Amino acid sequence: MIKHFLNLEWKQYFRSSYWQKNIAINILMVFFALYFVAMFLGLGFGLLFILKEMYPEQDPFVAANGFLFYWIIGDLLMRFFLQKLPVMSVKPLLTLPIKRSTVVNYVLGKSALSFFNFLPLFAIIPFSIMLIGDGYVASEILIWMFALIITVLIINFLNFIIEAFSAESELSFLPIIVVVSVLFGLNYFEIVPMTTLIGSGFLGIANNLILILIPIAILALCYGFNFKTLRKKLYLDSSLKTKVTEVNASDLSWTERFGDIAPFMKLDLKLIWRNKRTKSMAMLLLIGVLYGLFFYPQPMYREMTFMSAFIGIFSTGFFLINFGQFIPAWDSGYYKLLMSQNIKYEQYLRSKFILMVISVVLLFVLGIPYVYFGYKILIAHFAAAIYNIGVNTHVILWGGSFNRKKIDLDKKAAFNYQGTGAVQWLIGIPLMLVPMGLFGLVNWLAGFSAAIALLIVLGVLGIVFHKKLMKGITKKYSDSKYKMIDAFSQDN
Amino acid sequence: MIYTKDLSKTYNGTTVLNIEELTIPKGQSFGLVGNNGAGKTTYFSLLLDLIKPTTGNITSNNVVVDESEDWKPFTSSFIDESFLIGYLTPEEYFYFIGELRGQNKADVDALTSKFEDFFNGEIIGKKKYLRDLSKGNQKKAGIVAALIGNPEVIILDEPFANLDPTTQIRLKQIIKDLAEKQGVTVLVSSHDLMHVTDVCERIVVLEKGNVIKDLETNPATLKELEAHFASGAVVSQEEE
Repeated sequence: MIKHFLNLEWKQYFRSSYWQKNIAINILMVFFALYFVAMFLGLGFGLLFILKEMYPEQDPFVAANGFLFYWIIGDLLMRFFLQKLPVMSVKPLLTLPIKRSTVVNYVLGKSALSFFNFLPLFAIIPFSIMLIGDGYVASEILIWMFALIITVLIINFLNFIIEAFSAESELSFLPIIVVVSVLFGLNYFEIVPMTTLIGSGFLGIANNLILILIPIAILALCYGFNFKTLRKKLYLDSSLKTKVTEVNASDLSWTERFGDIAPFMKLDLKLIWRNKRTKSMAMLLLIGVLYGLFFYPQPMYREMTFMSAFIGIFSTGFFLINFGQFIPAWDSGYYKLLMSQNIKYEQYLRSKFILMVISVVLLFVLGIPYVYFGYKILIAHFAAAIYNIGVNTHVILWGGSFNRKKIDLDKKAAFNYQGTGAVQWLIGIPLMLVPMGLFGLVNWLAGFSAAIALLIVLGVLGIVFHKKLMKGITKKYSDSKYKMIDAFSQDN
Repeated sequence: MIYTKDLSKTYNGTTVLNIEELTIPKGQSFGLVGNNGAGKTTYFSLLLDLIKPTTGNITSNNVVVDESEDWKPFTSSFIDESFLIGYLTPEEYFYFIGELRGQNKADVDALTSKFEDFFNGEIIGKKKYLRDLSKGNQKKAGIVAALIGNPEVIILDEPFANLDPTTQIRLKQIIKDLAEKQGVTVLVSSHDLMHVTDVCERIVVLEKGNVIKDLETNPATLKELEAHFASGAVVSQEEE
């Protein structure tokens, strides 16, 4: 049986059109994975020295145990957002003569082989080796290492339990937030000293082999709980059913003032609010607003004025870039309808344009408090906003005419590369690097005011020639109409 | 109304459609039948300018469809579920199509209220998104959306598939009324010979992209069609 499952798994992975078509993205993903592995390896080998440096008066092994609590919390949080129990893939197995319990064990066992479970090992194992090399008792460290590996698996299955609860509650983030903040609060206000409790717990295991039964028991409990709930839910009408959501209709009559493009604006707003992928993208807006906070509090960046132009472009254009790069792929699911309906391309594109302009203005206004870090930053942001409105909106619409990849709206945005092609990478050059380079160059040659003036002039030029530019862009879209229809009707 | 001349579509050297000449007069209910791969959907896609013809062209109401977009205001269609916008409710979808076709909410409501029977209480006011409806109900919404805005040409690809028997009978009545009473040119394709002969005044049989039969519907048509497709089955059995 296991042989069959493994065989299926192998084929699923290598025969997915994703793997076959998108080599560049796969290379990128592998690169990311290797990067994380390298980071963890570095941490594993370096941790001993870091701890000795930071806590010279403390035993580094004891100090490391003090951090375990934070690792558990962080890992749990990260998994909640990134790791999902792969239930849907077993739907075809249900009607075959396979025991239900075998299927459940398979799903759960498969989750244990996730990348998230292997990643910590790259830190845990080298650290243990370093500890033994440093003269710690080998048997104790090995037991400790084993306990940590079990903990990784506990986190794995605990996450699915939390997810099961969150699937039932209205506010899906609530359970994880409650669990994490309660644990953190107990520790922070020293009601229950979780850090030392967990730390000394692991130290205790290292000293006493029998105690390792406790994490093993917890793991068995978590697995058992998952097994029971999943077995109950493995029916078409429960967990395997795709969720039906109640409609939340909102009043969008204010869009009427935009005249003939109002139907498209309404459609776009509904598109953003009602689909998983676009919704998580809209949440990213918050990151756009807060982006400057990564840089401005550090005096080093405040000195480099050209940085504020870059941050300005990025933070006021955050929505523009994220939404714009997938025009018209957002509508790929029903592109044939749009093309056979009584519409004008120009209206359709103008609606997207207006939406992006509104987002730039909104993000600029929300970013006004950055004036706290210096008035020059505000001026740079203003110039960047004008540039975004005048130039980048048109650039990204133009780039969209090269989009040939369909987007499935029901998938999440984080780590989702569907619909991403060479266009998305190339468009970044004119979008970000050109204004940055121009600004930096003029700033260096003629000073800050001249550089600001340049961005504003370019932006205003774009706004003045808006009609002309749109005409050219519309023609570009019309020319690639058949290619787009063909590409969007292919499942990738 | 719709005039097809020397139309062909070739993919990598394989011709999937080749029609020398075909005229569909105004107000005709026109049926297209054929086995899988006969070219039915290809013809409809060409008619909607969704794919580019290799040679020839289609003229609809004196508009060459792949040269001008002026056919769009009087043409509507439902080809498959990719014509639906999944994240809208059926009402919102109707209003959206209505807005594109210059109809206000009241006009759309007036039209959809005529189809209460057809919807069987499962479409309007259910607070569900189109993507969450069953295949059959999605189809009903798509077909009715194609009737919004008084189109002169309506194209429906496989409208009977996935529908329950009651709805099939109602749909047949709707299509007949459109052609007979309102003078709308209706183009329908189907695998179900009985349905097409019931609904259409004229039936064209496609095989491997060629028109091989062009029949005025009469009481003997169904027999003739059945005999034709049955002989194909016999031939292929013999070949094996």
